[in-house]
Amino acid sequence: MIILVNLIILLLVPFLMAGVIKKTKAFWGGRKGASIFQPLYDFVKLIKKDFVISRTTSAIFKIAPVIQIASVLFAAMFVPLAYGSTFLNVSAGLIIFAYTLSLGKFASLISAMDTGSSFEGMGASREACFTAIVEPAFFMLIASIMALTGTTTFDSLRNILANAGSYGILIIIFAAVVLFIMILIEGSRVPVDDPATHLELTMIHEVMILDNSGSDLALFSWANGIKMLLLSSLIAFMVIPAGLNEWLSIGLYLLIMFIISVLIGTIESAMARFRMSHVFEFVFVMSSFALVVLSLVVARMFGG
Amino acid sequence: MFIKTKNNTKINLSDIPVLKIGELREEIIKENKRPVAFFGKDWGNGRVRLFVVLDNAPELLVSSALFEADEKSYECITNAIPAFHIFEREFYEQFGIKPLNHPWLKPVRLNQDEYEFFEMKGEEVHQVAVGPIHAGVIEPGHFRFMCNGEAVYHLEIMLGYQHRGVEDLMIKSPSNQLAESICGDSVIAYNTAYSQVMEILKDIKVSDKAQLIRKACLEMERAAIHIGDLGAIAGDIAYLMGASVFGATRTLVINTMLEFCGSRFGRGMVTVGGVDYDISEEMISKALKTFEKVEKDVDRMTQTMLKNSTVMSRLEKTGTVSQERAQEAGLVGMAARACGVDLDSRFDFPDKWNEELDIHKKPFHASGDVNSRFKLRYKEIKQSFSIIRKVFEKLSQYKNEPLFVQGGENAKDAFVISIVEGWRGEIVHIAMTDAAGNISRYKIKDPSFNNWYGLALAVRNNGVSDFPLCNKSHNLSYCGNDL
Repeated sequence: MIILVNLIILLLVPFLMAGVIKKTKAFWGGRKGASIFQPLYDFVKLIKKDFVISRTTSAIFKIAPVIQIASVLFAAMFVPLAYGSTFLNVSAGLIIFAYTLSLGKFASLISAMDTGSSFEGMGASREACFTAIVEPAFFMLIASIMALTGTTTFDSLRNILANAGSYGILIIIFAAVVLFIMILIEGSRVPVDDPATHLELTMIHEVMILDNSGSDLALFSWANGIKMLLLSSLIAFMVIPAGLNEWLSIGLYLLIMFIISVLIGTIESAMARFRMSHVFEFVFVMSSFALVVLSLVVARMFGG
Repeated sequence: MFIKTKNNTKINLSDIPVLKIGELREEIIKENKRPVAFFGKDWGNGRVRLFVVLDNAPELLVSSALFEADEKSYECITNAIPAFHIFEREFYEQFGIKPLNHPWLKPVRLNQDEYEFFEMKGEEVHQVAVGPIHAGVIEPGHFRFMCNGEAVYHLEIMLGYQHRGVEDLMIKSPSNQLAESICGDSVIAYNTAYSQVMEILKDIKVSDKAQLIRKACLEMERAAIHIGDLGAIAGDIAYLMGASVFGATRTLVINTMLEFCGSRFGRGMVTVGGVDYDISEEMISKALKTFEKVEKDVDRMTQTMLKNSTVMSRLEKTGTVSQERAQEAGLVGMAARACGVDLDSRFDFPDKWNEELDIHKKPFHASGDVNSRFKLRYKEIKQSFSIIRKVFEKLSQYKNEPLFVQGGENAKDAFVISIVEGWRGEIVHIAMTDAAGNISRYKIKDPSFNNWYGLALAVRNNGVSDFPLCNKSHNLSYCGNDL
């Protein structure tokens, strides 16, 4: 039952989140906006379409979307979605999760390089640069939490409160900030990237999939949505208390996904995108919040 | 040896001095004035006559030189006055007479394939080429960046992919419909310039009423495009609120134009001899109410944006062109004013209305960056609305004047210049007639012709991802350049 709910969540919620973000932006922009199901319709439309493949590309380009979606779905196996249950609850789950996502990203990077387009190379270089800064920050965060709780499974996230007492609330708040910034970066949202732009020179994620069309494009957009969902799920998992009623838990989970989407949409409406050189500084903000979490954990473990 | 003339004035072709090119070159360098026009005309038997118009505000200086059939080169003027660079390139391309020692004789509109772009060597340097076919629905233009990582060292812009032959069409079948199609975002400005040229040739005295209606429409065009551009700048930095609000307010202005003349962009409003549509009192009071709301919205949104730190961090110090460079490159209009080069043909070549309506130039503190162009647009929108209000007030005094005056035959052997300040800058139309009164040469100069090079300067040492912002803040015309 829970497995089924999780599958439905994986299939639907990424698109609904995208739909809610767009609706929020439309609301702030004084427009009516498209239905929140529009991203889902787009996905169905794209998946039915044939694709065009550039003559300059090799097999890498064809296989990359599959690797990307496969790795994201595999990473999803470790993440507790609704009711905090996972498909696979193994030790070192957090680490496998992070590196499986990286594998997918690697596939999309070399696929972008494979097209031989100067735009896509530029996008790949930007994306690789962000990843290089994001990864240590993420690991600082999860390593701190794993040290605090003494386990390497995803359960360590849920046990923060139990292990850290009053420190726990602070740790959760700062960890949520880190994860939220990571959602903005990995999901290519404003102020890091602008998913709505048509200007190739300013794009990061969008420019890497310029050559992809049809079902390949659908897979990339789905993978991107799942990535945002997974990172949001980590926040939800930290917040939702264990032992709740199943349906209440699922409801709370969906509510948190909704709140995160509205928050992202509001940020996109209220602020301009950073200058490319400032984006890196913003990514370092994530590192500094991760450091705060680390120091809180150290204070808790050794300071009292 | 120059003959002095004024904007919207006819001179006889025979009164224009004919010098040797060497003499003309020396005269031009001695005057050291900004070129308004510099173009050739086929003078029969393989000869080419080169005409020069210099800006000596409020006057214009006109002179010419004759190239015999065997004279195929001359010493370039660009090395002495850099603002001539684009004019000499165009002249070379159209007549094959080579300006010697020209620093950069790059094609303007033809033979793009044969041109070798500048290339930087080095392992870290990479090229990014964009266009001429773009992702958005925009006109064709090729941009080639020499980058080191995210930093742009050099941008080359190649245009001329639309071969419409406007200047030739203007000779074959001159019409208002053609004039207003030259550049679709400056319909009123182009059509006014063309109409003024024809009116002077036909010796038509346009009624005060028609003049005022033209003036109001020109300012409405300016305000509408500027508001749209503020929105586009906001859109480029992903500031959604600005894009939505400015987009919606622009619509109010162009819809008012729709009520005036049946076209949101002012097509069909201006005609040779006057205007085709009257603006009733009822329309005026409704328009004034609309503009009041528009001004309020623009005020509020601009202030909101100028107070938003994320917005300002994108606008400030992005795409800076110094006053010195702008002057040297010969930028005109809004792009030049934003760099502190004070050129505005509304005030440089004033008509009687400036005094009668009490319109004055407003000082602007320019810094040459995107922020400066943003603020200048805002300031010009405000000024346009204030002019429109004054014009509408004055209009009631001329209720019984005709909208339209019929003209006679074209003057023979005449040379007419008309300069109109469109929202981008000076739009120059020059017509010459032959002994039968037919138009024998029609020269058009769009402000973009001067300003594209300014964009290339603006991008230097900026991030490649800031190019779209620099581009949008200039918003130059491809078709105005390509003709």
